[in-house]
Amino acid sequence: MEANKFIVPIGPQHPALKEPGHFEFTVDGEVVTNATIRLGYVHRGVERGTEDRTWVQNLYLIERICGICSHIHATAYALGVEKLAGVTAPPRAQAIRELFCELERIHSHLLWVGVAAHEAGFDALFMYSWRDRETVMDLLEGLSGNRVHYSCNLLGGVKFDIDEAQRDAILRGLDFLEQRTHHYLDVVTNDAAFLRRTRGVGMMTREQAIEYGAVGPVARASGVARDVRVDAPYLAYDQFPVNTIIDTAGDLEARFAVRVRELFESYRVIREILDKLPPGELAAKMPRKMPPGEAISRVEAPRGELFYFIKSNGGDKPERVKVRTPSICNFGSVGRLTIGHQLADAPMILAGIDPCFSCNDRVVVVSTK
Amino acid sequence: MNINPEHIWDGALEKLKTWARINSPWAIHYNSGSCNGCDIEILATLTPRYDLERVGVKLQGSPRHADILICTGPVTLQSRERLKRIYEQMPEPKFVVAVGSCAISGGAFQGCYNIVGHVDAVIPVDVYIPGCPPRPEAIIDGVVKLLESLKKTDGRAQSTDDRLQNTDNRSQTADAGQ
Repeated sequence: MEANKFIVPIGPQHPALKEPGHFEFTVDGEVVTNATIRLGYVHRGVERGTEDRTWVQNLYLIERICGICSHIHATAYALGVEKLAGVTAPPRAQAIRELFCELERIHSHLLWVGVAAHEAGFDALFMYSWRDRETVMDLLEGLSGNRVHYSCNLLGGVKFDIDEAQRDAILRGLDFLEQRTHHYLDVVTNDAAFLRRTRGVGMMTREQAIEYGAVGPVARASGVARDVRVDAPYLAYDQFPVNTIIDTAGDLEARFAVRVRELFESYRVIREILDKLPPGELAAKMPRKMPPGEAISRVEAPRGELFYFIKSNGGDKPERVKVRTPSICNFGSVGRLTIGHQLADAPMILAGIDPCFSCNDRVVVVSTK
Repeated sequence: MNINPEHIWDGALEKLKTWARINSPWAIHYNSGSCNGCDIEILATLTPRYDLERVGVKLQGSPRHADILICTGPVTLQSRERLKRIYEQMPEPKFVVAVGSCAISGGAFQGCYNIVGHVDAVIPVDVYIPGCPPRPEAIIDGVVKLLESLKKTDGRAQSTDDRLQNTDNRSQTADAGQ
């Protein structure tokens, strides 16, 4: 080791994030010169676990890959299995699934705004955004009966319908959240102290974003128009479309702005769905054994593109389920982006990709040497 | 009655320590393989609507400052040693709260190849909070129950060596079962 180099090990238990990951930052004074990330502390073996469970049981295991974006995991799986079986969920079920997806996106983005602000030492914003997040948690609980794992999906449809009272509650909640979101947009783009932590920090150009394979809001903040909801509409996204939110700055401020502005899109789409919710059945009949074959399904999770590969050999259990989560795509950029920044900015840059360790427990080492 | 003048304040000091411990327990949180669901509910417990700080609980960064280890998730092979190490780094007396079905029994992940099992198989647990994930109210209830139980035992826990011995026996049984 050179005389003026020092390695700062952080984790796996650390005060900054709530999930385990080990980081080694090589520093020269306060400046990071190299970063090594070791993941895998939450590797549970879910993909292998799916092969021991029936198609229906897997719905519940796969929901528990991630507690923040649980609905989108189950949706991606259900869409894939429906494709295998050649069944399409009824339009009302598709619209309700999309509604849950967008409510989940709201809860995830508000959660992220809070956590990222906490990394910057801006705890007031953390507390405010988490207080407001309880509004959307109440809505999700009112719809499904659970705050985190909603279990709204069935193979072939959904379990829960939306009645008038729930519809009014959602609309009231959205009005409150929309008003608060205007305030957050104002804070993340105008607060002078906060901007000193975000403007120009963690710069990723459009070319870099493509090279590192960034997805989701991280890519969109660097000017890459990549959104599965628009590129390859699934569920009812062709009927209730969303607009891609893009920022070209590529720094942390842009990542804040993109996520906060995406909230407005979600509010708009949810109102549209509630306005024109198609009538009809909630679920289609599904076989117990899926015909042999392979299917893929792509959806847009709050953190980016989520990809499922499902293979059936004709039995009542899948032969292989492969999950590719958005956090793992974005992790490649973190090590590179922290180099040249102050050590104090490293948690911010890490939080900037909205890392979800429980999703990306497949990587072992990412070294930027 | 034989009063030792050197230890005359010991009882009072012990009472004072218990009082302080019950009124401001510091907690750390470790995710030993959870899906995040319990972790965000623990965070929600600390934020304005539920506000665990009003019963004096503060989330700390370092195990060396902590009284309570809040543990979530089934224990994965990778995090087993870490979890033990964190527990050993905590000063006496220390208490463990296992949050969520996975921390209690392995939950939905039972049978996955990288799972050791429940938290109880690795370190001794004082309070179990069931749910997938438990609601913030349930987490508050569990922590308050722990604090209540400390009042009864004068804030003293069973000695760590005994408890670890019990846990070792349990995990050996669990290994043999596999």
